[in-house]
This record gives sequence, C-alpha cells and structure tokens, in this order.
Amino acid sequence: MADGRRILITGIAGQLQALVVRALEQRGDVERLVGVDVREPPQPLASTRFVRADLRNPVIGHVLDEERIDTVLHLSTTTAPGASGGRARMKEHNVIGAMQLFAACQRAPTLRRIVLKSTTAVYGSEHTDPVSFREDTAPRTPPGQGFGKDAIEVETYLRAVDRQRDDLEVTILRFANLLGAQVDSTFLSLFSLPAVPMVLGFDPRLQFCHEHDAAEILARTATASHPGVFNVAGDGVLYLSQCIRLAGRVPAPIPAPLVSAAARSARRTRRVDIPADQLRFLRYGRVVDLERMHQQLGFHPTYSTRAAFEDFVTRRRLRGRVGPTVQRVVADATGR
Amino acid sequence: MSDQHAEVISIAEQRAARDARRTEVGDAARPRCDAATTQDRRCRNYAVVGDRCRVHAPPSDPGESGPGDDPVGPAPGAEGVVAPSDDGRPVRSDDERHAPAGGGDRPGAASGDRSGASSGDRSGAASEDREFAWAEQELADRGFGRAIDGLALLRRFADDHLVDRLRTATEVARRRLAGDYTIDEFGFDEDLTTSIMMPLLRPLHRSYWRVASHGAEHVPASGAGLVVANHAGTLPVDALITRLDLFDATGRHARELGADLVFRTPVVGPLARKTGATLASGDDADRLLEAGELVAVWPEGYKGLGKPWRDRYKLQRFGRGGFVATALRAQAPIVPTAIVGSEEIYPLLFDLRAVARLFGLPYFPVVAQALALPVLGPFALLPLPSRWIIEYGEPIHTAEYPVSTADDPMAVFDLTDRVRDRIQSMVHRNLMGRRSVFL
Repeated sequence: MADGRRILITGIAGQLQALVVRALEQRGDVERLVGVDVREPPQPLASTRFVRADLRNPVIGHVLDEERIDTVLHLSTTTAPGASGGRARMKEHNVIGAMQLFAACQRAPTLRRIVLKSTTAVYGSEHTDPVSFREDTAPRTPPGQGFGKDAIEVETYLRAVDRQRDDLEVTILRFANLLGAQVDSTFLSLFSLPAVPMVLGFDPRLQFCHEHDAAEILARTATASHPGVFNVAGDGVLYLSQCIRLAGRVPAPIPAPLVSAAARSARRTRRVDIPADQLRFLRYGRVVDLERMHQQLGFHPTYSTRAAFEDFVTRRRLRGRVGPTVQRVVADATGR
Repeated sequence: MSDQHAEVISIAEQRAARDARRTEVGDAARPRCDAATTQDRRCRNYAVVGDRCRVHAPPSDPGESGPGDDPVGPAPGAEGVVAPSDDGRPVRSDDERHAPAGGGDRPGAASGDRSGASSGDRSGAASEDREFAWAEQELADRGFGRAIDGLALLRRFADDHLVDRLRTATEVARRRLAGDYTIDEFGFDEDLTTSIMMPLLRPLHRSYWRVASHGAEHVPASGAGLVVANHAGTLPVDALITRLDLFDATGRHARELGADLVFRTPVVGPLARKTGATLASGDDADRLLEAGELVAVWPEGYKGLGKPWRDRYKLQRFGRGGFVATALRAQAPIVPTAIVGSEEIYPLLFDLRAVARLFGLPYFPVVAQALALPVLGPFALLPLPSRWIIEYGEPIHTAEYPVSTADDPMAVFDLTDRVRDRIQSMVHRNLMGRRSVFL
C-alpha cells in the first residue's frame, strides 16, 4: 500500500470509466487497478484486471480482500432506464447494487477511501429553486423519481458507511451534465434530432462538464485525499436556447401539456430516450455553485460550460446547417 | 468649429452647397464674386479665385491650392463606418455617431471654413476622390456585403442615422442568432436586456408615461445597494420602468427580486430571468448583494399590485421584512424609492376572487378599461398614459447597525417600518406636487 493506490472501479465497461482508467493508468502512483462490470469492456485494458461480476454478487467482497483494495471508485450508477432495461431494473442496479457494494466496503479492512460519482440531479429542478445550489443546500423539492432519486439514496447509503467507519474517507462528486465524444447523455439524444425539442415558453439554465475534466477529477480524487461533497461543472452557464443557437440548430418548442406525451412516444421509437424526470429539468434547469470545487478541491476545469458544449457539438458532428448559413449571411452583411 | 454653428441645414442650402461643390466652388457661406455683370448687377456666383468667381476671374494658376489643408478633415475611410475593430466586432454605432461632426460626412455644410475660401475647392475635390477611392476599396474587399456597404456609402453622402441603426441591428441580430453572448449564473443576459428589451421600453418611459426622475444621485454608484419601492398598477410595469430609469440615470442594472409565480409562468419566467430578475428569496438576494450588485425590490408584492382603486397610494404591508434583514447582512444601503403615476395605469375596480382561485392567481383584476372593451375592442386594454414621477430618496445606511441586527426581529421590523414610512411620505409629497394625473 505504501507503493501506490490499489483501486477498484465499478462499471468499468462504460465510456467515462474507460477515460478514468486511462487517466489512472498514466499516473505513477497507482499500483493496482481492478475493474468490475457485468459486461466486457469494449476496449482492451492495459494493466487493469477485469472481474466480470454484478455488484450484488458476494464476489465483490472477496475481490476487495484478495486485492487488498484501498480505494473504491463507484462509477456504475446508470442514468438511462432504456439502456439498462427499464426503470425497475435500473433502480435495482443503482440502489441495491450500491447498497451491496457499500456493505462489502464496510467490512473490507484495507479500504481507506470511497469516491462516488453522483449527480447534480439530487438537487431537483423547480421554479422555486435558489439560483445556484451549494453542496449543503437542501433541495427545495427533492426529485421524486428517476436517476436523481437513485442518486440521493446511493449518497445516503454511502454516508451511513462513513458514519460506521472513522478510518474511511468519503468523496462525493456531483457532476453536472456530462458531455463529450465518448459519453452518452440526454443532450446527445436531444441534439441528434432534426430539431431540438424545448418546452414552449421555458428556457433552462444549464451547466456542462466535459468528460475529460470528469475523468481528470475522478482520477485525482481517487489518488489524493479530498473528503467531502463537491459540485463539479465547467464555469459559466448557458441557456438551452443559446446552446441551440451555438450549435446552429433549430428549436422545436413543444407546449408544456404535451411534453410528457411527446417524450413517451419518442421513447417508443427508441431513438430518443428522455427519462420522465428529465422533463422537469428541461423547464427550469439547474445551476450549482462551484466555489468549493475551486477553493477546496483546487480543481479548475479545462473546459468551461460553453467550451464543453462546443467541443461536444464539433466532435459529435451535431452542428446544424441552418445556423452557419444564417450566420454567414449576417456576418457578410455586418462586414465580419 | 461645428460646435459654434448650428447644424440646421435647409434643403436649398444643401443643394446650393452641392452645386457649388460640383462647380468646384466651396462653401455656401463664402463671399460672393466682386465683379459686376454686363447688366451692371452684382455677380451672384461665389468667389473662387481671390474675390472673383470663375467667370470673372483672371486666368488662374493651377498649382495654387495648398496641399495639406483639407477643410473637410481626414478621409473618414481610414477609421470609418464599417471598419471592424481588432477583435473582429464592427465598431458600434455610438462611436460613429459621436465621430467629429465636421468630418467628411458633410462636405458642403454651412459650418465650413470662411478663411480658407480660396483653397477649399481643390481639396474638397481631392477629398471626394478619396471617398470614392475608399468606396471602391471597400467594395473590392468585401464579397457579399455590398447592399449594406452601399448603405454605408449612402450614409457618407447623406449623413443618415438610418444606416447606423441598421448596422447596429444587424450586429445585434448576428449575436443573437449565433448565440454569441454570455449570461451570468442568475441567467442575466445583459446583451438581450440592453440591446433589445430596453430600446423597446424606452419610448414608453420617455413618451408614453413621460417619467420625471429625481434623486438618482442617492443610488450608490458602485457596490451593493437595495432599491425599495412601492408597487402598484395591476401589472408589474412599474418594475420594468424603474429598472430602465435606473439604468439610464446611473448606468447600473438593478436586479429585481420577483415572486415565484413569475418564474413558473411560461415565456414571462425565462424573460424575467434573462433581464436580470431572480427569485425573491434570502439565498438569491444575499448572493446578489454579496456580488456587489444593485438589487431592486417591491416588498408589497401582490398586495400592492392588486389593491383596489380606492386604496391607491396607500402602501400595503411590507412583506415580512426579509429585504431589510438581507440588506443588514450585506451592510448595503437601502434607497427608498417612490413611484407616482403607476397606480393610474390600470385602475382596478373589482377583484374576482373566485376566478383567481380557479386559475391559481393571486388576484383576478377587472380594470376600468374593461368598460371600454365593447367600444374600443382590444385597444381598450392599453394602460392609461398617466404622467409618472420616480423619486429616489436619501439612502438609509445599514452599515450603521451591527450585522447581528439582522437576527433581531424587533429591530428588523422597526427598520422596515422606517423604510415604509419614508416611501409613504415621499409618495404623498410627490402626489401633492403634481398638476394632474395625465398632464
């Protein structure tokens, strides 16, 4: 243990997790990397041992002991019910999986640190929200369903472990919407439609976190001591309408009463998977306070919210034709 | 030079000037020819060479005109109308409008030089040549933008603000369409506010309600401040107008604190956010004042907005005094503000409680204008053009109180009452002072 960290990563087959593994493999202070997932990782792992297991499987406990793991990076919370085979299975995986994992962690004698990838969805999204959530702000209306609710429960279990074991450091990173060339997100499915759906008369404030920044901060908190809860996002705020314009796309405003029906029918076509809990978010959005991230964590993301979004649009080739044409004409006219 | 001479130019004068320029004769105000015509009358041509016109001049020397003295200023093409600045953004029209008035825009203007009478002709022509050269250069440099460049050319010769406006408008349109603007964490979109919303409101402020504003010097020029005003008028128009008035008087954006109904309402909610409003809650207000922003609050809320006509100019209860506690915590001065005239825009006759409850609204107003609906149709629902007075009073310095006062409810209530009384007396004073509601 003196040589370096011995890290267990859950959900290693995911796209973000692959970036984290790569970031960790490049670091010199990591001695052992073990990945757990039910699926085989799509990319070959260089020096990482892969264990095919479900988190609810007792084999996790054995791996923790056998590998003398001292850090657990819990990244396997899924956000999309479609991909994980329905909302019930998603909940099973997210909540019960985390519960079992933390139960095993509580018993692992060598364990010193748990890092949890959580989400800013735990703050909910309402019109009565404060303009910007600090880590200790209680949500005005906690999310009643979906991913946000799962995340709250997972955080609660982790806090319980934290209370039981004094020698354990717990880091909770609440990420804003992740964007990038690798990770899938609600915004990818929204922006891959011919016109970007919006709720008519609403314009959410958004913050984005670039996948590279996310991988970087996860790798950093896994290898150094940063106990606490932190919001993580790029600096700056964008409106959805502004995003659409930046991407040169056309908005498709849907009247509020029809939104959930539209989302349901879109889900049936299997092209767009917007979970029901995200519809609220598309109305009011959410902004979190990043002071703690900057001050205590000393982390300054490379990508601002806007840069992350523009990078995402470029890499995913989501730039529309309408915008650039209009822009070129107007730019010519104004002599730019 | 142009400052001393009035710049009123009649069409005839301009025409004369243009003709004069065509015949290489300088300025309208220049002395006339000294010679007499064959009919023994004075020659009416302008003097060109010495004190003679071209007809009566002795054979002249072509190299006479001084090379450097250009009466119409440097060729404006250099830093001219459309030159983009370094960062690629075209020069804003304001800058152009304040460009020296004696510049190349008006070669034949009455403000021209009297002294350089003899030398003006040639350099005038040279400047004109230069302008054409500039125009050709510009046309060669640009691809598509010819139409607009043509307008720029028009501006050069016609001196019209129209082109300025058009140019500003296209630039704004470009920024808006490209998403090229930044918002702060509150969602305040300064670009939208100053370049679209405020120009739309300004005619209402200037011409419709003819707002007279006093005491803007009491508003802190920098740092945190809390503007507290009375609320009336059925629709919160007074907030918009006060906001604009403050911006025009002090150049600061007052950030309004709005009720949660505002942010729940489609269209209105996002628009309020984009123009700088945020939810009237302790968290947000603290955050704004911490950031040194100017905050505006209407603590009467719906009670003030939806009060019946008979209660006009009677201030309602000031909420729970949360704004005072906020100001005390931030040690920000409170500027009591009286708005007179906003009560009369929508005289509220009845409040249909049942309907209001049905729609989840705080009140459902039946305004006096509704009586004119059968006659005027939808035009009846326009607000009445009352004359407004906005007065910013002496600030109450909360820094005199210890910060702990914010946690002392009794002290907070006292201070709240003081602010309320101050505003009430300011309202009364201004009411006494006004001639009539509409004039």
